[in-house]
Amino acid sequence: MDWTVIAEYMPLFREAAFLTVRLGLTGIAIAIAVGIACAVVLYYRIPVLKTLVSFYIELSRNTPLLVQLFFIYYGLPKIGISTNPVFCGISGLAFLGGSYMCEAFRSGLEAIPPIQSESAESLGMSRLQVMRYVIFPQALSISVPALMANVIFLMKETSIFSAVSIMDLMFTAKDLIGLYYRTTESLFLLVVFYLIILLPISILGSLLERRLRYAGFGA
Amino acid sequence: MDITDNKENMTEAPVLLSVRGLVKSFDGKTVLDGIDLDVRQGEVVVIVGPSGCGKSTLLRCINALEPIQGGEVLLDGQKIEKDGKNLTAIRQKIGMVFQSYDLFPHLTVLDNITLAPQKVQKRPRREAEEEAISLLKRVGLEGKAGSYPRELSGGQKQRVAIVRALILHPEVMLFDEVTAALDPEMVREVLDVILQLARQGRTMLIVTHEMQFARAIADRVIFLDEGHVLEDLPPERFFTEPGTERAKNFLHMFEFEAVR
Ligand SMILES: Nc1ncnc2c1ncn2[C@@H]1O[C@H](COP(=O)(O)OP(=O)(O)O)[C@@H](O)[C@H]1O
Ligand SMILES: [Mg+2]
Repeated sequence: MDWTVIAEYMPLFREAAFLTVRLGLTGIAIAIAVGIACAVVLYYRIPVLKTLVSFYIELSRNTPLLVQLFFIYYGLPKIGISTNPVFCGISGLAFLGGSYMCEAFRSGLEAIPPIQSESAESLGMSRLQVMRYVIFPQALSISVPALMANVIFLMKETSIFSAVSIMDLMFTAKDLIGLYYRTTESLFLLVVFYLIILLPISILGSLLERRLRYAGFGA
Repeated sequence: MDITDNKENMTEAPVLLSVRGLVKSFDGKTVLDGIDLDVRQGEVVVIVGPSGCGKSTLLRCINALEPIQGGEVLLDGQKIEKDGKNLTAIRQKIGMVFQSYDLFPHLTVLDNITLAPQKVQKRPRREAEEEAISLLKRVGLEGKAGSYPRELSGGQKQRVAIVRALILHPEVMLFDEVTAALDPEMVREVLDVILQLARQGRTMLIVTHEMQFARAIADRVIFLDEGHVLEDLPPERFFTEPGTERAKNFLHMFEFEAVR
C-alpha cells in the first residue's frame, strides 16, 4: 500500500464522507418524521390514512433502494417532475427508511399498556396531549434500539447513492479505482471512512440503550 | 375506623352524579343491564359484588372510557358522552383511581401530579407544584416528590395516584379496588387516605372487597350482580339483613365459622 497515494486521496474521501453524512442524516431525519406520523396513524387506526400507510409500507419494504432511486431519478422526470441527484438520494432514503422507522415506533407504541392512556384521559387530557406527554415519550424509549439499528442500516444504504451519480464515498472509490487502478488504497480509505461514520453511531446507540435500561421504565 | 355519622341530611343534598338505565355490552354480551344510580353531593357510595359482575365496567362507563349501548350518565345535569365535545371538561370533575398502578413511569411523582393541572387546566407550574406538595404532605409522601414511580411501594403509588386525581379538584372520586393489588400491610395506608377524604365530605363512588372498610365508610352500599343493582341499602342494613339471597351468599364468602 502506498501511503503517499493515501495522503493524496484523503481530501477527496473526506469531501465524499461529508456529503454521505449530510445526505444520510437528512434522509434519516425525514424518515424518522415519516415513521412517527405513520406509526401514529396505525396506532389510532385512522380510517383511509391507515390503508394508505399500509400500502406505502409494503411498497417501501418490498422494493430495493436501488429500484426506488432509479424510479425517482429516471421515472419522475418522465412525468414532468425534475429531480437532481441530491434530492433523489435524500428522498429515496426517506422513502425506504420511513417504513422501517414506522415499524420501530409502532412496536414501541403498542408496548405501552392501555391503562396509561386511560388514566391520562381520565385526567381530562385530549388525545393529542395523551400521545405527546404520556404515550410517546415511553414508546420512544422502548423504540431506541430498533431506531438506532435503522439509523445504521440506512447509513450503510447510502452506498447505493453512487448509482445516481452522487459523489459519495462509494462513488469516489469506484472512480479512483476505475481511473488509476489504485484498488488497495481506495478500498482501504473506503472502509476507514465508513467506520469513522458508523462506529460513533453504534457507540451512541449502545450508550443510549444502556442508559434507558438502567432508567428501568415500567411499573 | 370510626367515621362520624353526620349524614342525616343526605337525602336533601342535590344529586351530583346520575346513572340512568345504563346498558353496556361487550360483543353482544350484556354486562350492565339497565343500571340506575344517583349519588348525592357529599355521599359515599360503595359498590360490591362478585368478581366479573361489572363493577369496573360501571366506573369506566361513568368516566366515558367505554362506549355505552343505552341509558345515560349525568354529572351536574350534564351528559357524559364518549365523543362529546365537553368531555375533557367533565372528566376533570371526575377523579378516578384504578386497581393497577397507573402512574406515568417516565415522570417523577411531582411531574405525574402536575402534568394535568398544567396542560389541561393551564395552571402555572409554581402554583401546581405548591398544591402538589401540600397534597403529598396530607398523604404522608412529601419526601417522595422527586422519586420515580419505580422507587415507590404499591401503597405509595396508589396514594400518589389519589393525589394526582385530587389536584384537579374533582367533584366526585371513583375508586376501583385500589387496594386489591397491594400487599396486606399496605392496604391500611391507602384506605386511611380515602377515609380522610370521606371526613372532608367528598363525594365518592368506591368499588372494594374490603368489607370492614365498606361498612365504615359507606353511606349506601350497592350490591351489583348479573347486570343489575340488586341492593341499595345503608351499610348497617346491607351487612346484617340484605334483602336478596344472592347478597347473603356473597357476604357469606367473607365470613368464617369456628372450626371447633
Ligand atoms: N374490554 C372487554 N371486552 C370484553 N369483555 C369485557 C371487557 N371488559 C370487561 N369485560 C367483561 O365484562 C364483565 C365485567 O367485568 P368487570 O367490570 O371487570 O367486572 P368486575 O370489576 O366486577 O370484576 C366480565 O365478564 C368481563 O369479562
Ligand atoms: Mg374490577
